[in-house]
Amino acid sequence: MSPTVTTSSEANGNVSAATARAAAKAAVEAEKTGPQSITLAKALNTAMADAMHADDSVLVFGEDVGMLGGVFRITDGLTKTFGQSRCFDTPLAESGIVGMAVGMAMNGMRPVIEMQFDAFAYPAFEQIVSHVAKMHNRTKGAVKLPIVIRVPYAGGIGGVEHHCDSSEAYYAHTAGLKVFTPATVADGYRMLREAIDSDDPVMFMEPKKLYWSKDQVDLGALRAEHAANTERGTSSEGRAAVARPGTDATLIAYGPSVPTALAAAAAAAEEGRSLEVVDVRSIVPFDDETVCASVRKTGRAVVIAEAHGFASVASEIVARVQERCFHHLAAPIRRVTGFDVPYPAPKLEHYYLPGVDRILDAVDDLQWED
Amino acid sequence: MTISADHTAQQPAPGTSSAAAGTNGTPENAASEAVRKFGITVEDYMLPARHPIQIVGPDGAPNPDSKQGAQPGHEYSLPGDAELMAAYEQLVVGRRVNDQNSALVRQGRMAVYPSSHGQEACQVAAALCLSDGDWMFPTYRDSVAVMARGVDPVQTMTLFRGDWHGGYDPTKHKVGIQCTPLTTQLLHAVGVAHAAKLRGEDTVVLAMCGDGATSEGDFHEALNFAAVFHLPVVFFVQNNQYAISVPLAHQSVAPSLAHKAVGYGMAGERVDGNDIVALLAVLGRAVKLARDGSGPLLVEAHTYRMQAHTNADDATRYRQDSEVAEWVAKDPLSRMKTYLTERGLLDDDGSARIAEKAETVAAQLREGLGEDVPVDPQELFKYVFSTPTPQLKEQSAMLADELARDAASATTSEESAR
Repeated sequence: MSPTVTTSSEANGNVSAATARAAAKAAVEAEKTGPQSITLAKALNTAMADAMHADDSVLVFGEDVGMLGGVFRITDGLTKTFGQSRCFDTPLAESGIVGMAVGMAMNGMRPVIEMQFDAFAYPAFEQIVSHVAKMHNRTKGAVKLPIVIRVPYAGGIGGVEHHCDSSEAYYAHTAGLKVFTPATVADGYRMLREAIDSDDPVMFMEPKKLYWSKDQVDLGALRAEHAANTERGTSSEGRAAVARPGTDATLIAYGPSVPTALAAAAAAAEEGRSLEVVDVRSIVPFDDETVCASVRKTGRAVVIAEAHGFASVASEIVARVQERCFHHLAAPIRRVTGFDVPYPAPKLEHYYLPGVDRILDAVDDLQWED
Repeated sequence: MTISADHTAQQPAPGTSSAAAGTNGTPENAASEAVRKFGITVEDYMLPARHPIQIVGPDGAPNPDSKQGAQPGHEYSLPGDAELMAAYEQLVVGRRVNDQNSALVRQGRMAVYPSSHGQEACQVAAALCLSDGDWMFPTYRDSVAVMARGVDPVQTMTLFRGDWHGGYDPTKHKVGIQCTPLTTQLLHAVGVAHAAKLRGEDTVVLAMCGDGATSEGDFHEALNFAAVFHLPVVFFVQNNQYAISVPLAHQSVAPSLAHKAVGYGMAGERVDGNDIVALLAVLGRAVKLARDGSGPLLVEAHTYRMQAHTNADDATRYRQDSEVAEWVAKDPLSRMKTYLTERGLLDDDGSARIAEKAETVAAQLREGLGEDVPVDPQELFKYVFSTPTPQLKEQSAMLADELARDAASATTSEESAR
């Protein structure tokens, strides 16, 4: 807990905090145990609700997040459960949302704010880059900003212009911001809890095309894992994960590209090629260790991302891996990314997005000896 | 009658003081009170008085009540003698600080100093109108206000001497780090006030900016957010007539900057920014109204930036000396000195004591800024995150290695020289 949080309502002896915690405990106990089929949207929603139950200083606000529950329904029910003062709509102004979150965080709150779409976050860019990212440094650590900025990002949903940008590189390029992006339902819960727990600001990039993807997830087990991690002071923060083990080449992907990489690996397996898939999870901090261990093992790699390839996160990953694993590489590392064009209209996005065939073509190019 | 867009008042937050809410759910605030008491319209309450409030004229003579600019719903009481004397002392200290710092820049002891010479009355009143638990969000030109709020003068100058951090702990002093990106700090003020309101605290936040800054988008967003959430923020615009070289006429054609308030559903007021008596009265009332639950207010002070934007600027390129001379006659210090002397509150002994106090602060600045700041290159990495990332640890080790090798080769060449 940061020192700035000690002035929260808990420190003021707010009775409702204890009541809310008791209710949360009861809710957790009443929850069906064992795996259930849930969506990424539900996992994110549950993570916010659990964090709000656990800590009165956690607030959710943004555009349409209140009664509507967000345009993607990720904040569904939070206003009903926690009231207008904990989850509320703001005037329609993104710089205002982020700037107000800065002040709230300076004064003991842990804001979790929603930018409605990737490209709608740009009016807040100055607040994010000049204040959110720099406050801890320019105050010599005196002011911590435990803010989570949730950004539904990337394409694949047939969205019209300004609704499908992959904006992660802007934030990853800014010193002082953590950048997380979950690709699985379980990680949606796990990583959002960790982001809210973080004393540093987190850009939480949510692949919008995966919101309605389902998985068998045991929420009770995830809650227990979070509780145990909190007690031990451990977490999965900043760690990449091997999403599918393999031996011949490594596909490095994050967010919306992870399912595509897994599909490519499944297709390659049918052709007798064993591809390992590494889910980056956290762009900042970056897990060089896990990524490089995989590449050293396989000796070949393809980086997959939806964003434009030029000056991108994918470029950074290639550079890092090449610097660290050069003598283990049998071929230059390839990138499969979006083209360097504005995100295309629904009728054209199919041509733009990295797909299984384009990934397999890149894998075929990795100078195989046979 | 709904006076302002107080959407939150319909469902008060748990723990929020109910004192601000009337029995019918409509906030009982200064506007509705004024409507009842003075029979004026809400618009007449929200619009600034027809003339800026001025209690003491440029020659130091008090204005008669009829000439102070006050009108029904815009009435001000005279601050007490002790408050006026404390304010005058800070004015003299503030002027000395401004001039000392400008000299230190010329001597190369500081990198830059945006002086508030001529605006000291605004600076001092901004600090004195607040209580201990209140917050202030200053700009880069508000160093004197920061010091008057109790922050150590040398610490206040940390950024301007070229060091890498803000110098003081904002949470300890309840003073934001002096902000360079224009008006971005107004939203932080709104957030601090919002958090305090949600916890039921009676904190007031003073959000400071200049005339040029009112053109920025965050000015609009901050005022609107503060009004919609009905927050205790006093927006204090020091209209010093210039944004570097660009005069106010190129920023806005509004009747006054204070008139902008009414568009957000809040009250605005104009005040002579070189009359500290009027400033204390107007800001004091604004802070009280905000604390009592009236929501935000906007105060515009008419003042003048007597010197260039910074030492790097040349004001003769865009304004006439005659214009500057006109404002010399309106100086906030000489006016207050005459006023207090005429009132029998200030004599030669008092003036000497205050001058000595100012010299002490100037000496403190000379001494503090005369010392070289030892820099630790590893601090580049230390505070970017609460815990450095693996990447920053690598970069920090790389720099440490470079420095160790530099030190080793320096030792070797020293030895071979012997």
